[in-house]
Order: sequence, then C-alpha cells, then structure tokens
Amino acid sequence: MKKTPQPILIIGNGIAGITLAIQLRKRSNLPIIVVSDEHPYFFSRTALMYVYMGHMKWEHLQPYEASFWDDNKITLIHERITGLNSSKKEVILATDQRLSYRSLVLATGSKPNRLDLPGINALGVQGLYHKKDLEQLERLTPSIQSAVVVGGGLIGVELAEMLHSRGIEVHFLIRENAFWNTILPKEEAQMIGAHIEAHGVKLYCNTELKAIETDAENRVRGVITHKEEQLPCQFVGLTIGVHPNIDCFRNSGLETDRGILVDEQLTTNLPDVYAIGDCAQLRNPPKGRKATEAVWYSGRMMGETLAETLSGNPQTYTPGPWFNSAKFFDIEYQTYGLVGPQETAIEAHWYWQHPKQNCSFRVAYNKANRQFLGVHSLGIRLRHKIFHQWLLNEKSIDQVMEALTQAHFDAEFSTIHLKTIQAAYFKNRLQTTQK
Amino acid sequence: MNKTQSLTVLKNTGLIAGLIGLALLAYGSYSDTDNGFLLWSCLSLILLGTSLYSAALYQGQIPGIQNNGVWFNALTNKGYWGWLLGMALTAFYIAIYFYPELLGYRTQEKSTGLVAFFDPLSLALNGKPATQWFMYGSLYTLAILIFGVKFIFKYRTNRYQIIRTLSVIFFQLGFAFLIPELLAKLNGDSPYFAKDLKNMWPLNYYFFEDWHLDGMLQGGSLGLFMLLFGLAMIVVVSPLLTYFYGKRWYCSWVCGCGGLAETAGDPFRQLSSKKISVWKLERWMIHCVLLFISITTIAVLWTYTANPNNGLGITQSALWYGLLFLFSLILVVLGGFYRKQLPTDARYTFYTIGTLLILTLALRGWNGSEPLFGISSYQLRAWYGFAIGAVFSGVLGVGFYPLLGSRVWCRFGCPMAAILGLQQRLFSRFRITTNGGQCISCGNCSTYCEMGIDVRSYAQQGKNIIRSSCVGCGICASVCPRGVLRLENDTPNNRIQDSAYPLGNLLKTMPKK
Repeated sequence: MKKTPQPILIIGNGIAGITLAIQLRKRSNLPIIVVSDEHPYFFSRTALMYVYMGHMKWEHLQPYEASFWDDNKITLIHERITGLNSSKKEVILATDQRLSYRSLVLATGSKPNRLDLPGINALGVQGLYHKKDLEQLERLTPSIQSAVVVGGGLIGVELAEMLHSRGIEVHFLIRENAFWNTILPKEEAQMIGAHIEAHGVKLYCNTELKAIETDAENRVRGVITHKEEQLPCQFVGLTIGVHPNIDCFRNSGLETDRGILVDEQLTTNLPDVYAIGDCAQLRNPPKGRKATEAVWYSGRMMGETLAETLSGNPQTYTPGPWFNSAKFFDIEYQTYGLVGPQETAIEAHWYWQHPKQNCSFRVAYNKANRQFLGVHSLGIRLRHKIFHQWLLNEKSIDQVMEALTQAHFDAEFSTIHLKTIQAAYFKNRLQTTQK
Repeated sequence: MNKTQSLTVLKNTGLIAGLIGLALLAYGSYSDTDNGFLLWSCLSLILLGTSLYSAALYQGQIPGIQNNGVWFNALTNKGYWGWLLGMALTAFYIAIYFYPELLGYRTQEKSTGLVAFFDPLSLALNGKPATQWFMYGSLYTLAILIFGVKFIFKYRTNRYQIIRTLSVIFFQLGFAFLIPELLAKLNGDSPYFAKDLKNMWPLNYYFFEDWHLDGMLQGGSLGLFMLLFGLAMIVVVSPLLTYFYGKRWYCSWVCGCGGLAETAGDPFRQLSSKKISVWKLERWMIHCVLLFISITTIAVLWTYTANPNNGLGITQSALWYGLLFLFSLILVVLGGFYRKQLPTDARYTFYTIGTLLILTLALRGWNGSEPLFGISSYQLRAWYGFAIGAVFSGVLGVGFYPLLGSRVWCRFGCPMAAILGLQQRLFSRFRITTNGGQCISCGNCSTYCEMGIDVRSYAQQGKNIIRSSCVGCGICASVCPRGVLRLENDTPNNRIQDSAYPLGNLLKTMPKK
C-alpha cells in the first residue's frame, strides 16, 4: 500500500497562507492543510471596515465560496495552535491533537501594538486587526457617543472613518505633527488632515495619550492626553502599528527577533519550517525593503514565492519595485517606487497640487543622475504596469514625465490631470534651465 | 443661515413638493379627472421636488461615493421595506399587463382613473386618449428622469457616470417616449408599428411578426425606414458598436430596460447573487430565452413566407437557405476561431446556434400553414409574449428589483444581452483592466456589480475582466477603494493576459505543466 505523503501544513489563513495554498495547489498534488483559529475561511482583512460601515456583509469579504476548498482539496482546520515540536515534525493544537507535516509554513500575521498606560485594559480599549476586534466594536457601538483614536497611520484613519460613519464623534490623536508623516511629505499630510477635519473628525497633532479613565465597571469614560487635556469618550481605538504574532513559538527552537527570522528562501532555522507574511522577519531584506512588512502585497508575494519553492522550483524572495495604495475617507492614494517624507542630500522632489480638488502628484528623483525613484499620488489613479517598468528600467525623471500620460488610469471622460502635471513640470524645468 | 441649514430647508422643500406631486397622482388615479393643469402640476412637482431633494442631500456631503449603511437599511438589504416595495411593484405590473381595467383602462368607452389622468399628455403628444401603456411609458420615463438626477448627484465625482446617465435619460425621453408618440401622430391612422429606433430585435420580440412587418410595409416611407433601420441595427450597427465599445454602448447607455435598472434600480444593485451556481443558472436561462425567441421568430417568418405574395417578397425557400447560411456561418466562425478553447459562456451560444441549425433543417418538409409538432407559430409567439415579454421582463424584471437586484431581466432573460454578450466576449475591444497587483480582495466591486459578476475573482489575480454579461456600468471601478479597475477599449489582442501571478513579484516561474 502506498503511504499518503505528509502534508504541507500552513498555520494562518490570511493572504500569505492562502496565496501559498492556492498557488501550490495549481502546481502540486501534495496534501495541503491550513489551520486558523480566527475564521474557518479566508477573508479580506483590509475590508473589515466596510462591514462595519454597511457597505458589505461579512460574507462579501470571503473571496472563495465554501465549496472551493473541497474542490481544490485544501483541508481547513478551525483551531488554535499551541506549540511546535520540530524534532517530531509536529504542530500541537489547542485540543492537544497533533498534526505532522512534510513542510510547515508559519503565516500567523500580526497583533496590534499595545501601550503601557493606566486603564489600558478597560472595556472599550482595542485595536482593529482581528475579526474579534470587529465583533467587539460592533457590540460596543450602541453605547459609544464619542471615541478617541490613537495613532496617525492607515488603520487609524480607517477606524476614524468607520466610527464617523456610524454617527460617533471622533477625536483623532496623532503623536507626530501631521498625519502619517513618516511616509507622507508635509503637503500631502496637510491635505489629508484637512480632509479628515472637513468630515468632522477632530484632529489633535503632537498629542500623545497619557492615561485612560475608567468607571466603576472598568469601562472607558475618557482619556487624558500628555497635555493634560481631558476628552470624555466611551471607546479608545489603539492603532499604533502591529507586531508579528509569534507568541506560541517562543519555546519551539525557532530563532526569532521581532518576527520569525527567515533567509532569502523564507526558511527558518528549523528544518522544513518556513515563515511568510507579517510574522516573518527577513535576515537580509532586499534593498529598499524593511525586514518586516505588514502589508497585503508583501504577504501575497511571499506566498507566491514559497509556492514555487515547495513545488520544486526553489526561488528567493525578490519583490519588484515597491507599490502600495490606501484610501483616506474619499481620497485615494497610490505610490510606486520609494519616496521619502522629505528631500535629502541625494533625493529631490517635484510636487504638483490641484488648486481646488484633492489631487496631488509628487515625483522623487536622484539629484546626481536624475534617476526616477518613485511617485506619490492623491486623488489620481496611476497605471501600475507602466510605473513597474519605468522603475525596473531605471528611467530618468525626464523620461518618466515625457511619457507620463501613458500612466493615466482615471475613469474615461475624466480630466487627464497627468497632462496638466506634465505641462507644469516642463514649464518649471525650462525656467530652471534658463536660470 | 449657514450652508447646512439652507440645505435642510431645500431638502424639506423638495420633499414637500414631491409629496404634493405624489398626492396629486393618487388623487388622479381615484378621481376621473383629465384636467391638464393637475397632470402638469403633478409631474412637475414630482420632478422638481425629487431633484431638489437629491441636490440638497448630496450637496450636503463631501464629494465621494458613499455606500454607508446600505446593508443596514431595510429598503436596500431585502428587509421589510424591500419586500413591501417588491410586492407593490409586482402588483402594479400584474395590473398593467393583465388587469389594466384596474388602472382605469377601458376599450369601449372613455378610460378613467390613473390611465385617464394621463389623457392631456397623450392628446398633446399623439392626439389620442391615453392607454395603460401610455400611462406606463410616462411613469417609466419619469422614473428614469428623477432617479437619473439622483444618480448624477450621487456619482457627481465621476464624469463617466454623469455622461452615461445623461445618455440613458436622453434615449428614454427622446427615442423611447417623445419621438415615437409624435411620429405616431404624424403617421395618422396607418397600422401600428414600433417607432423606437433603438428597440431592436430580439429585445423587441415582435419585430418579425407578420402584423408588424405588414404594419411597417404599409406605413409609408416611415414604415420602410423603420424596417430597414431595424435590420441594419441587428446586422451592422450593433456588431460594429459592440466591437468598438463593448455591449455597454447598448445595455448601460441606450437601452430602456437598462436605463431603469441603472437609475431607479441603483439602490438595489448589491442584491444580485454572486454565487457560482447562479452564474451557471444565468447562462442556461439566458440561452434558453434566446433559443425560444429565435425559434418563435423563425416559425413566424416561416408561416409569413408560406404566402408567396407576402409583403417582404421573400420565398420560403429563400428564407430556408438564408437561415442555413446564417447559422452555419456563425458556427464556422465561432468554431474556427476558437477551436482550442471556446470560453464557457460562449459555448452555450454555440449549442444554441447548433440547435437552431438542426431545427431549420427539419423545417424543410413543412409548408408552414399547419402547426409543426402540434404547435402553431401563433401559439409560440403568444407564449413568448406572455412568459417572457410580460412575466419575465416586466413583472419579475422590475417587480423584483428590491429582492433580486436591478438586472434580473438583463442577466437571466434578455436575448439581446445574450447576443451582444457573445460579441463582447469574443469580438470586442472592451475590457475592464485590472491595475497590476494593486487589488486587496476587499470585494466592493463584486458586491456592487448589478450583473452578479464576481469582479474580485479576476482583479485579485491581476486579470482583466472580460465577461459576456458585463454591461459596462463602471460602478465596480467607481467603488474600488484602491484605484484598481478601469473600463477601457483597446486592441483585442492583449485583452486576456495569462501570467501566473499578479504584477509585483520578480520570481521566475516554471513553465506550465
């Protein structure tokens, strides 16, 4: 009798784990098992906000119907794991059941960062990451009139928009002097800040949380900022970043730092154990990339890379030029390549902003050789394919601006802002050269 | 008074005006008035009131498309308001199609009630008192107007949506409503024939029926024009436009059914099912209806040409050879070009046409005057008119907006959509482009697709969306939070990409097994 081969065991059914499972299935007949304690099926974490806002129902977040997993012979286990025994090649479940593996892939994602403050464990203090966070927020909503959101990043603005959509007064506390200023240059940060305020959200820059006030039943009743300002509220959203979710591997022999340390092939120090997605920390990140990236696209690409490796085509993790996108209330954001929050000795910027609408465009280039480094756009959709090629081919800023309209991706009949931007750039360029 | 306060005043003024208009309509349908002043006041109050209301409502919001609370609202989440509205609409449609006397329509004497209320407008346009169809046409046009205005305000940040909606309003108001009525007046007492230029076969299923052909043939130069134009639409205009722009040129820019779905139906677009099983059902149903109307039309033409002195001057033999040629040509073209992989949705058309070819061959031994297989062409067309023309496209198609979404008819029934869809799938420059690797699988696109297309399943793979059923309304692209989708016309060669992964990763893939 032929023995069934040991399965590829994937812990975590987020974008990294599921991309791996699906892409691997297209290339291999090995048994695949995916374990998750969050939800039986893959869902789009980035879209949790739309369920709360009533754009979609929970079921709409699931890109695949339940039958998909059976049809593709991907076994799903809805259970928490408690440990890993790499010498026996086993993973231990909370039920004490053991799952053996041929290859083990850890894709356990992130956890929201916490602060060490008085009142931090009160009811009504939470992050927004997990399905449970959404459910908890939904339960609390009827009793929230006023909320404080702490942390001026992507999840912060999403949470502010969510609460605002349900008629809750939102105080948005940002430690820095402008919104998301570790990424966004001043002008963009100001535009977003003004837009957030136009919606009626109260923005507090240069403001940190000092303490959370609670009532007798340990429910939030307000916060105190480090400026001693008191803000009554029934909810505190902590959106100050995330960290790898790796607690259950602490004593498993896995080498970890912030995350699970992996090399270029996404392998850990243990045999046949890999880590991908938010929980992985690259020992030698590719140039211009961070060691841990809690980003949808990075998780997806790690999953794709490992799918090739595990189906017999060993690959190193080589993400292409950086890209990302977001939406801040009504303003869409796209970026390709790398643009720093301010100019440096090497990096110069050229910036354009629409006089009335919430549209802006910034290109970064190398001062010395004028190589195009990257672009930020607000309110203007850009074609990924074109920028991907320009970045790979190391085009100069002038070549990029010359061909800029090829990147037009706004809807038909809309104003082609890129034409205006192009004209403004060359007018400015002419003036600079004349000087 | 600040901006918010003045907008509230405007909104309430609009609401009151609209309600007075509706009250007048209710009064009109219960009294037997045919007072022109009342009718005009009623229509203008409804139109002005709702426009004012939508303008004030959306001007109070920061520009941007808001779908907040759509699934919390009992009207738009199949809640009790949705069910009530669905039942009311269904009842109205049943009355129009099967019990027009309930609405005041009388054949022998002067009409009363709601129908008679529209007499002044009917007399002004076509010189005759209103029928239930005139009353229905007027209300239909009014609905497209008022909800079109609302739609434009809602999607005011998107010029594609604005222009498309203006087009829909223009074609309904002009081509479907005013022009045919005026032409009817000019053409005096000649027999009836359809005068809506854009309403082509097979959506207009009676185009090839004997009475209609004769009506056009006896209708002077206008009749002849409508006959030739109708034929040209089917064989030249429609395939060309679909090649260049996709079926959207018709389904979401011109068509009256589409027009109502896009405007009045917009709040219900998210109710269309995205299940794979429903997609399968859709392909079966729409091709069955296409088969049904094709057989009916062939049977009707067969009977018509049985008389050698028919108005068209076409002999039965010529018709037979013509049909054989047509169907063989389609099969050869389809089979020839797509030998290797005919897409699933196109395969259904292949079978449909194959069936028609076989049936045509079988016609040879039959002279057309007697029923074939015990069914006469008259029976066939009566069944089609009842089951498809009335029940499916009317009662279910609109009545079930709040329960099944706004495009039930277009998706599951419309044979015109089936034909245009085949062209769009195989011979068109149209596609929805996916922007590289930017998709985050959020699902807004799929949720708000009125045709029930799982847009996300393509977008998350970085693949373009090329589907027979896509009507090109562009809402998926409008509601996408990451700028991932764009409707485009470009060379057909690069429409379908076959890369293993979405854009972004530089890994070297193995050649496919």
